[in-house]
Amino acid sequence: MLDVLAAQQAGELASGLKTVGAGIVYGGAAIGPGIGIGIVVGNAITAMARQPEASGPVRTTMFLGIAFTEALALFGFVLAFLLKG
Amino acid sequence: MILGLEFEPVSRLVQWKTLFGSGPFAPTRVTFQIVLSVIIIIAFYVIASRKKAMVPKGAQNIAESAYDFVQDGIILQTMGEEGLSWTTFLITLFSFILVLNIWEVLPGFQMPVTAHIAIPVELALLVWVLFNFVGIKSQGFFGYFKSMAFPPGVPWPLYILITPIEIISTLFVRPLSLSVRLFANMLAGHLLLATFAVLTAGILFGAPPLLKIGAVLPFGLLVALTGFEVLVAFLQAFIFTILAAVYIGGAMHPEH
Repeated sequence: MLDVLAAQQAGELASGLKTVGAGIVYGGAAIGPGIGIGIVVGNAITAMARQPEASGPVRTTMFLGIAFTEALALFGFVLAFLLKG
Repeated sequence: MILGLEFEPVSRLVQWKTLFGSGPFAPTRVTFQIVLSVIIIIAFYVIASRKKAMVPKGAQNIAESAYDFVQDGIILQTMGEEGLSWTTFLITLFSFILVLNIWEVLPGFQMPVTAHIAIPVELALLVWVLFNFVGIKSQGFFGYFKSMAFPPGVPWPLYILITPIEIISTLFVRPLSLSVRLFANMLAGHLLLATFAVLTAGILFGAPPLLKIGAVLPFGLLVALTGFEVLVAFLQAFIFTILAAVYIGGAMHPEH
């Protein structure tokens, strides 16, 4: 009886730890891209405010920068699901 | 669980019953949505180009602004004048991804086709084959790999570090990030909408009568997020197309 309980608890512990790990993975993966996107968009807004006539190219480049930065957060998102299984 | 809400496993959201038959190639509702998207896009552009009015209106107006958007907003910004011959391919790519994404918010379907990893992977592989082909065709096989692996203007000891990074990032990380970006964005949006829809339904049908008013909160968020997901669907189609344009345009000329 105790063995069964212990085994069950171990299983629950393992799956609970998996969930915690997935949460930590996603949270950690979101830190860097969050800061990065903030820098990209902030500087793009500064550029657009200084030179409104250049906002077209600036906006395109801004989306490119966001896309490259955001990819890391999305890898974390996918990895969290893979970890949780 | 105060309300007795039980969330089903996440995989339930993207697994659909097969319409008929079984096995990996059996059609599901998502297969049906892809076929429907192709029919919609073809019908739209055929209707739009049937009568070439001088002053466009209706479908022709939308098609022309889409054409202008791809040409001015994507190609001229990233590839320059010589990329204009790619307009046909890029506008097809843009329309296809946009329609596949927009299923996410259409009532009755509410499933973005691109939340299946297979479709973004297939599109990313198409772009991968295309930009490598263009690179080899316009720079020659060795010229293409030389300009990929040894970007000029770098002190030579740094090549030990840069060459593997460049090769891995061009040949492997590009298709991976291209497909995962589209897939994860659409899956995340779908999950978000599904979570709030389940929450609304759970409070509405599971809570005691006095607390049913609490369903207003998740429902309001659900409506707001649906509007946000329209933006995301458009933005992801735009980003996929612009990255395809950047990769193809970058392969045309050696870096200098």
